[in-house]
Formats: sequence, C-alpha cells, structure tokens
Amino acid sequence: MNNKNLREEVLRISGVNPKKCMRCGKCSATCPAYDEMEYHPHQFVYMVESGDISSLLDSESLYRCLSCFACIDRCPRNVEPAKLVEAIRLSKIRKQGANHMTANDVPALLDEDMPQQAIVSAFRKYSK
Amino acid sequence: MQMKEHKPLIVAFCCNWCSYAGADLAGNNRLNYPAEVKVIRVPCSCRVNPMFVLRAFQRGADGVIICGCHPGDCHYVSGNYYTRRRMAMLFSMLDYLGIEKERTRIEWVSAAEGAKFAATMNDFVETVAKLGENKRLEDLRCK
Amino acid sequence: MQRIGVFVCWCGSNIAGTVDVKAVAEALKNEPGVVFSTNYQYMCSQAGQDMIKAAIAGHKLGGIVVCSCSPRMHEATFRKTASQAGINPYMVEIANIREQCSWVHKDMATGTEKAIILGKAAVAKVNLNTPLTPGESPVTKRALVIGGGIAGIQTALDIADAGFPVDIVETKPTIGGKMAQLDKTFPTLDCAACILTPKMVEVAQHENIRIFSYSEVSEIKGFVGNFDVTIKRKARYVKEDICTGCGACVEKCPMKKIPNEFNLGMDNRSAVYIPFAQAVPKVATIDPNACNMLKNGRCGICAKVCTAGAIDYTQKDEYIEEKYGAIVAATGFNPISMDKFDEFAYSQSKDVITSLEFERLTNAAGPTAGKLLRPSDGKHPHTIVFVQCVGSRCSACTEKGKEYCSKICCMYTAKHAMLTRDKYPDTEVYVFYIDVRTPGKNFDEFYRRAVEEYGVNYIKGMVGKVTPEGSKLKVQASDLIANKQLHIDADLVVLAAAIEPDKSARPLATMLTASMDTNDFFTEAHPKLRPVESPTAGVFLSGTCQGPKDIPETVSQAGAAASKVIGLLAKDKLTGNPCIAKSDEWMCNGCSSCGKVCAYGAITYEEKEFRLPDRTTKIRRVASVNPAVCQGCGACTVTCPSGAMDLNGFTTTQIMAEVDAICK
Repeated sequence: MNNKNLREEVLRISGVNPKKCMRCGKCSATCPAYDEMEYHPHQFVYMVESGDISSLLDSESLYRCLSCFACIDRCPRNVEPAKLVEAIRLSKIRKQGANHMTANDVPALLDEDMPQQAIVSAFRKYSK
Repeated sequence: MQMKEHKPLIVAFCCNWCSYAGADLAGNNRLNYPAEVKVIRVPCSCRVNPMFVLRAFQRGADGVIICGCHPGDCHYVSGNYYTRRRMAMLFSMLDYLGIEKERTRIEWVSAAEGAKFAATMNDFVETVAKLGENKRLEDLRCK
Repeated sequence: MQRIGVFVCWCGSNIAGTVDVKAVAEALKNEPGVVFSTNYQYMCSQAGQDMIKAAIAGHKLGGIVVCSCSPRMHEATFRKTASQAGINPYMVEIANIREQCSWVHKDMATGTEKAIILGKAAVAKVNLNTPLTPGESPVTKRALVIGGGIAGIQTALDIADAGFPVDIVETKPTIGGKMAQLDKTFPTLDCAACILTPKMVEVAQHENIRIFSYSEVSEIKGFVGNFDVTIKRKARYVKEDICTGCGACVEKCPMKKIPNEFNLGMDNRSAVYIPFAQAVPKVATIDPNACNMLKNGRCGICAKVCTAGAIDYTQKDEYIEEKYGAIVAATGFNPISMDKFDEFAYSQSKDVITSLEFERLTNAAGPTAGKLLRPSDGKHPHTIVFVQCVGSRCSACTEKGKEYCSKICCMYTAKHAMLTRDKYPDTEVYVFYIDVRTPGKNFDEFYRRAVEEYGVNYIKGMVGKVTPEGSKLKVQASDLIANKQLHIDADLVVLAAAIEPDKSARPLATMLTASMDTNDFFTEAHPKLRPVESPTAGVFLSGTCQGPKDIPETVSQAGAAASKVIGLLAKDKLTGNPCIAKSDEWMCNGCSSCGKVCAYGAITYEEKEFRLPDRTTKIRRVASVNPAVCQGCGACTVTCPSGAMDLNGFTTTQIMAEVDAICK
C-alpha cells in the first residue's frame, strides 16, 4: 500500500482530522509515556497529516502509548492523537500476510513479570 | 430547414446593496453578458418571495437566478441566510416538479465582483439554453 | 391607473450607441397608463430635469419612468426633480438601460429589445406605486452608557464634551472597570491608575455626566431617539450625597473577613467598604450579605462612627425612569472560570493564579503592596511559569474554553514576564506559547525586548500538567522545537485565561433587541464599515462587549461610538426611510413569524380591538412595525404565512408586475 492510501486508511479508521491541530503541543506536554517514545503524540498528528505513515508503522512508539487518553482529554482542538495511534496499530495488524512475531522471537520477550497469557495472545495476534 | 435557436429568458433578482451594484460594475467595465438576463432590483435577497420565482416560471421564464451579498456580509445582517434556506427548499421542490435544478440558482455577488456577475450570467444562460425551453410550469392562459 | 410620463435618456452615446432610444420611447407610449413619452440627450442635466418638470405640469403626470443609468446613480436626482414639480418623490422609477443594458450588449437590436422590456417593467411598477412619506420621530437629547470601565468612561466623556447629557450605569460601587485593577499597561508601561484615575475624576466632575454606580438597567422600552429606560439603584445603605468617603466606618467595621472582589479574593475587606482609594464616587457601600446589622440587627457601629450621618440601614432598592435618545453598551469582559482546567491545578494550589490576579499581586495598591509574593506562603517566587492560551483558541469543548483568540494575552504576558525580570532579575521566567501574536504599534518590539533584553525564556509548546508537590509546583510541558518534554519545578504558575463577555451582556442584548454572536459578543451592524453600531438603530457598542480588544483599541472604539451618538443626538428629528414593512392588520393572525426573522426588533405585537361587520368587536393580536426601527429588508414579508406583511416601495404586487412585464 502506498503512503497516500495508508494515510487515507488511518484517517478512516481513526475518524481524526489532523488539520484541526494548531500545533500547541499540549498532547506531548501531557503524555506520561513521552520519554519512552521515539515519535511523540504531536509528531503522530503532524506525520499523519504530512503522510509519513511508514515511519510510524515501523516505530516502537506505537506500543509505548499507554492509551491513557490524556492527550484526547487535554487537546484544545479535539484532535484526539490517541485515536491516531490506535488506528496506526490497527493498520499494522491488518497488513495481510505480514508476520510480526515468529515462535523464535518469544523466548527473548519472556521475563518474570510478563503473564504467559499475554505472550500467547500477542503471538496469536501478530503472527500469520 | 434550420430550427430557430432558442433564446432563454432569465429573470435575475439582485439585492440592492451587493449584487445590483455588482451588475452595475459589470456595466461600468463593459463586461458582456447575454441580453436574455433581465434584472429586478430588490432591497435584499430575502425580499424574494418564492411566489416570484413560481410566477416567473409560470409566465414562461426559462431560468431564475437570485443574487445576494456574500454570507456574513448582508447589509441587513442575516437576510441572505433566510434566502439560502428558503430557496434550498423551493429549488428542491421545483426539481421534484420537473423544473431542473440547473434552471434555478443562488449566487453571492459582492459590489466589487462585476466580473463574477458577468461570468455567472454567461454560465447560467449557457446552462439554461442547453436545457431548452421550460414548459413544465408554463401557464398557457398567459399566452 | 396612473398618468405616467416616460423619459428616455441618451446619455450622449452611452445609451444611444447601442439602444435605439427613439424606438424605446415610441414602444413605451402604448403601455397602460403612459400618457407621455419622450427622449432627450441628457435627462440628468438641468435642461433634462426642466423638461421632466414641464411634462409633469403640462400632462398632469402622477408618476414618471426614467430610462437612464443605474438608480444607484441618479434615482435621488430624479426623485428631487419630481418633488420639485409637485409629485411624490416615490412615484419615480428608473429603468436601468445603461449599466445593465447598453454597456453590456453590443447589438443595437437586442439592446433596444431589452431596453423596451426594462422600460415596460418600470412602467408596470409605477402603475402600482403609492405616494410615500418618511416618518419623523423626535430625539431625546440624552445618552445612556451601560458600563463604567474605560470604554464607558471615554464614550461618556466624548459625548458630554460635545454638550449632550450622559448617564453612566455601573453595577459595581465604583466606575473604573478592569483597567482600574491593572498595574502597568503595554507597550509603554505607564501605570494604569495614573492614566485612568484622572479620567474618572473628570467624569465625576463633568457637568453633563451623571454616574449611577451600584445600579443596573432593569428595563428598556422604545426605539432609536426615544428609549424609556428603568434603572435599578441597588440599596447601598449609605446616603451617596452625604457620605464624604472618609473611611471611618470601614476602619471600625468588625466584619473584616469578607473576600475582597477588587483584589480577586486574595485579601479581605470589611462589610462596609470602598473598593479602592481612588474610587469614583468615593462613597462607602454596605455589603448586605456580610453586614451583621442588616442580617440580624446586631451591630450598628458604622452608623455611630459616621460623623456625616450617611449610614441608612433602611434604604431600599430604588427604580428611576429616564428617557434617552441613544444607548451605548460597554459591558466589558471577565476572565473565564478556571474550574474546568484542573490539569493546571488552579483549584488545588493558591500558587496557580490567573493573569488578572498577577496584576493585583504586582500592583502597589494590591494585597502585597506591589511585592511579588506567593499567595500561599508569602515567599518570593524564584521560578515563574506563564501559560498562554488557557481556554483561548479551544474548540474542543464550549463548556471549557472559547474558540476565539483573546487577543490581549500575548502582550500582557510579555509585560508580566518583562516586569518580573526587571524588578527581580534573580527570577527565572518561562513563557509557554503556541503562537506569539503581537500585531500593533510597538507591540512586537516590546515582545522581542522581553526576550532579548530581559532574558525571558519563551518556549514553543504547551504545559500539559501542573502538580503541586510540597511547596513546589511540578510543571510538565513540551518544548516542540527541541522535541523534548520539560519538567520544571516552579514556585508560581500564571495562567493567561481567555476573556469572555460579561454575564450581563446577554440579558442586556435581549432588552435592547440587539443581536449577539454565539460567544455572547455584541454583533456590529457591519463588520468592516459600521463596527461601532449595533444593527438595532440607536444602540452603539464600545469596548470588549463587541470583541476582545486592548486599551488603545477600546478607547478608539469608545470615541467612535461617541461620535456616532453625537451625530444622532445632534438631530432634532429623525427622518426615516419610507420603504419599510407594513402589516395589514385585517390579514395578520398574530403568529409571530415576522418578529422572529427581524434582525432589528422592529416588529412588536399588540392586542387590538376590531369592529366586525356584524357590529360586534373582537380583540386580536396583530403585528405592528415600528417605522423608526425598520430598515426595509423585507425578510418578514416572505415569512408571513398569511401575506399580511408587505414592503413599501417593493410590494409583492409591484415585483409580480415587474416579473410579468419581463416574462410577457
């Protein structure tokens, strides 16, 4: 899928209009996971607007978002950045034929705190 | 044998403050538009009673255009908003009756837009001419 | 049927070049009602006009049609000609055969054909014309200014200086408004009190100005030139004419723990109080909700200490009625409530304040005598964070913020930051901005000075969260240029709260039948060309009640409003436009549709007694148009379901006749 179609897909899934953004940065100011992210909430909005979805799709930042919706609550223009993040996650999953997680990847992800069920469901969700 | 070309008859209602002045400006700048257009001056586009439009079609007009100030610029604050809503209703009803949507139009022309007035009239006359004569509402008793 | 004369103008070759004027005159001769038809080179010339006058007299014409240039050009000329010849000026119709015919068509045949049709339409209209006389109404030469802030003060002074009496109605015990609360004013940094208080004194001493302080407008009736206004003078329990403002009562009053509104609740006042030292009128006021004597009859100390004997616990609200020719709304603004902005911890910490509170903190007459001290512990703040656009430019939730830019915040924040760095160079000052908007004379220079000379840290970004922790305020914010999230330990956070119109504006607009926008700002008659007039005749707008603006803009608008008022009051009589709506009372069923679409509030309804053919009487509700207020747009005529409403000069039958003539 090319970038333009990707952008359309993300906009359709999220129902967000990134043009409403006035670039105040309150979403990033309010984000509790800011320091964990490579791309920050305001950048999600800007990058979707400018069509640079592929960088976002490949970024770990997608999964650093806690979906706490603080950005949605505080945004003065009702842009809803968290919905964009979720839409990009969905379009990543919906990529047919892509294998995001193989059985070989699982051992590396294991640690003491991780419930086994989470690994299993992630494996189901992200593998072909 | 050649058919005589149909000359459509267009009635244009223009508000005194914007569109009538726009039409005057088109004249000042010598911008041509077809003579089929006949302008009736009204104080505000909201003075145009749907009855006037119906009457024009009944008496054989082929198209009716209403021109007013741009939204937000109405000399009478909100008159053109009433026009917009009333005419949206009327035009869709006329469409239902068989008066094609292309025969009716609302256009916002400011006093500075002489060129827009002329262009609008040229386009409107051309559009209506393509549709041919209006027979649907014509009252034959008036003939 | 009228006796109509038709006059076709050549306009040199302007018309005659494309229109066969003789053929037009000839063709119109046969139209119904036409008894005379001629053509001439220049109808608007003296000779042309004389020709018209002679024809009116010679042929006993009742109406004339001039086929010439646009009515916007010479309608007035020919109306004057007609009236000089003794017929009603509204019996004249113009067929526009120049701008809308000869100038836009090239072919003689089509031009002539169209000119004849336009002429026929004009003849058809004149046949239905009726003589119209403009209504006249007297003007009460007195103006009412509602609101005693800088806008109201300036408007009142300008009107009064022109020699007209003015009354100011102010709800607070003193005039002065928001400007009286300010410390310094941008961009020149002169002190607000130093420039405002002389004006307040001037108002008090002006022979043409009466101040109704601690009063409200409770009812407005009438129309332009003739408003009947009822003013409610709230009981202040002090005789205004006797009180000397010595302050003995204030000093001795035992109830001293009442939050002081003037200092935005940052310190206390007594139950009997004078808002501030330079108050005008400088008269004490007793707060009935706080005074023990008024609540339960136990105290009365103020009456004992008042040597002038001005205290009167039995005072009642008083209503006075007055007539005015013009009304100026100058109701001003308020900062919005910060209750819904909990992310900034406004309700949790005393050290999160609004910019207006900051003004009071830095004001020499304020709660800290001008020393910048934290409201919580009275210590000097070393790190101050200013947050801009709090509630401004916020379209997410109308309950919370306002969609518009409040306009003044960028400049006053720059001022606050600059003054803080000037007085306390050891203070670190951060300003979080989305955009810095500083259009205005010397405004951007001022902002740049704050950055370059005073070292204020301007950071592009927004504060997301403020958390009180111990004596500090943890500020979490974004720096969009560095692409970083910042964490600042601040001592004081100042919120540039959006401004909104005063709550009294909406009920006032209802009383005035003046229109408002969705934000409760008064709407101007034309956004560019009539910015200080309300669409409702005789109502004028001054200051922030029309939209956010700073002091210089407010003062210039106040002056403009005053000049409009003076222009109105200088007239002895108002001559109306006779082309206005009229209602046929026999057809009207009182449904109120017309009143709802009238932008001017010109239509009222009255119960009227009708004699029926069977000699009984019946009382019915019917619409009545006020000729002094109606502007003649015709919105009501189309709305009327029974066809009772019509518009003089553009009646339904007249326009129908034009349509018929054109479509024949």
